Amino acid sequence: MTVTTSTPHESSTLTHDQLHRYVPVGLFVAAGALGAALSAVIGFSLPMFVVLTVVIFAIVLPIVSGVVEGRRKAIDRFVTVLVYMAFVIALVPLVSVIWSVIGNGLSAFSADFLTTSMRNVTGLEDQQTAQEGAPLIGGAYHALMGTLLITALAAAISVPIGLMTSIYLVEYGRGRLARAITFFVDVMTGIPSIVAGLFAAALFAVLFGVGTRNGFAGAVALSVLMIPVVVRSSEEMLRIVPNELREAAYALGVPKWRMILRVVIPTAISGIASGVTLAIARVVGETAPLIVTAGFTSSINTNPFSDWMMSLPAYVYSLAMRPLSGSEPQPSLDRAWAAALTLVIIVMLLNLIARLIAKAFAPKTGR
Amino acid sequence: MSKRIDVGDLNIYYGDFLAVEGVSMEIEARSVTAFIGPSGCGKSTFLRALNRMHEVIPGARVEGKVMLDGEDLYAYGVDPVNVRRQIGMVFQRPNPFPTMSVRDNVLAGIKLNSARMGKSEGDEIAERSLRGANLWNEVKDRLDKPGAGLSGGQQQRLCIARAIAVQPEVLLMDEPCSALDPISTLAIEDLIGELKQNYTIVIVTHNMQQAARVSDRTAFFNIAGTGKPGKLIEMDDTTKIFTKPGVKATEDYVSGRFG
Repeated sequence: MTVTTSTPHESSTLTHDQLHRYVPVGLFVAAGALGAALSAVIGFSLPMFVVLTVVIFAIVLPIVSGVVEGRRKAIDRFVTVLVYMAFVIALVPLVSVIWSVIGNGLSAFSADFLTTSMRNVTGLEDQQTAQEGAPLIGGAYHALMGTLLITALAAAISVPIGLMTSIYLVEYGRGRLARAITFFVDVMTGIPSIVAGLFAAALFAVLFGVGTRNGFAGAVALSVLMIPVVVRSSEEMLRIVPNELREAAYALGVPKWRMILRVVIPTAISGIASGVTLAIARVVGETAPLIVTAGFTSSINTNPFSDWMMSLPAYVYSLAMRPLSGSEPQPSLDRAWAAALTLVIIVMLLNLIARLIAKAFAPKTGR
Repeated sequence: MSKRIDVGDLNIYYGDFLAVEGVSMEIEARSVTAFIGPSGCGKSTFLRALNRMHEVIPGARVEGKVMLDGEDLYAYGVDPVNVRRQIGMVFQRPNPFPTMSVRDNVLAGIKLNSARMGKSEGDEIAERSLRGANLWNEVKDRLDKPGAGLSGGQQQRLCIARAIAVQPEVLLMDEPCSALDPISTLAIEDLIGELKQNYTIVIVTHNMQQAARVSDRTAFFNIAGTGKPGKLIEMDDTTKIFTKPGVKATEDYVSGRFG
């Protein structure tokens, strides 16, 4: 392979030998060929091939570049390769999760799946599905409803508390109390979710008797996890509201509470709203706290204040761990994957909504 | 409209730090008073003490008297919100509310205090204030566009319109032109000349030519050294301050020998 260089003007001090822009591409192809050959010698496997290719490329390109372009450019190219590698490695788990959830989840995912519950579905039906090809019955409607209701309740509890806490911290908090709140909020962000679930379960056991499980208890458990996230994100958003706007409002003779309500919050609302949406997305997939607070059921229950309530994560957990039919677990596993897919879709939708909200509420500067 | 201010032996502290010491002065109604002096000498601090804006900074407090037509602003039981409704302020950097349109920015002082106001009344106040700030012709076709979309000079005049929309007695200006180009500066200086027919105006400026152009009386502040309190050195008619000041330090400052 020839290394092409653009011919520099010898007289100029500004130009310098450069690799032609196709040289890295050529080197990469060569590294791929070499990697394939080497891995074939050892015993071909795809990961081996990819790793060898990248390693060879990361070694050869800087060397070639160092010979032609000099030390600084060689280091630049080496670090560029490293950065791209890190990016791809970071993407691998994400892509593979989405890939496997979609691949496994689509078979049972349907409108029917989203609109029926598991009531009166037993292992017998699953055996018929697996052995005789009968259609898969039973879905996740009850779990979907449960997840939506519990999460909505959790948001209804956490957003006011979290928002008001952050307003206190930014606009009023001075001294020890504010520092203590900040500290405990930081501690709360680190609470393991099962501990939050046990806290809610214990609270409801004390208030309403041992063994009380309902959707509301689940919502309380999720709020414990959600409040610190809401506090931190809205605190950041309120802090970046310029002080000049507060002073402008003061100078017009506006009282402080009204200044906060009418100037600070509207200016920060886009960030706050998207932060809240992301906090919801964060807790919507929580499993452990819901298992110990809301429990399991196969029927539709839309009253979060009484009786056990199914949620999507708990549905996935129960079907994957305890298939309806011990001898034919596949239909149950299909349902679990479909529910996981539903959950991923919900989280993606929430992230999308967060972006739309941020865009819709952002202060406009058009002329 | 327009009231006079009398300041008696005012000390301003940030926590334990004495920032401004022993200032007494009279600010006449319907006139322009300029504060000049080197950076950090307490001009802005003193200006902000005149409508109790300095209290926004934690730990700031004052000793002494500030009388607005005989009423002490620092008397027990005085609500700083009411003080600021009478004494408006324009800041160094234009700060229109980014969430509001041009019209809403002008009416912000009224709307934020949730006073009831009909559409026609609002239109009337907005037009009068924008005309007062020499901005009406430039923005009358885009009153519903965001206020942050105007140019820097227009934004500053928008802020002036916002300040005069609530019809204060006094207008404090803290280096209102320091972020603006010469054309916008000229527009604002002309505006100050017109506004003094109706308002008492106090302006802090680093630009001595500006002080000479717009003000009737000038106060020179100075500071003995870093960490020392700022003091009022001299206050007199502007022409006198710039031609034959009574104190040597003033003469050195206005003639550019230091500062």
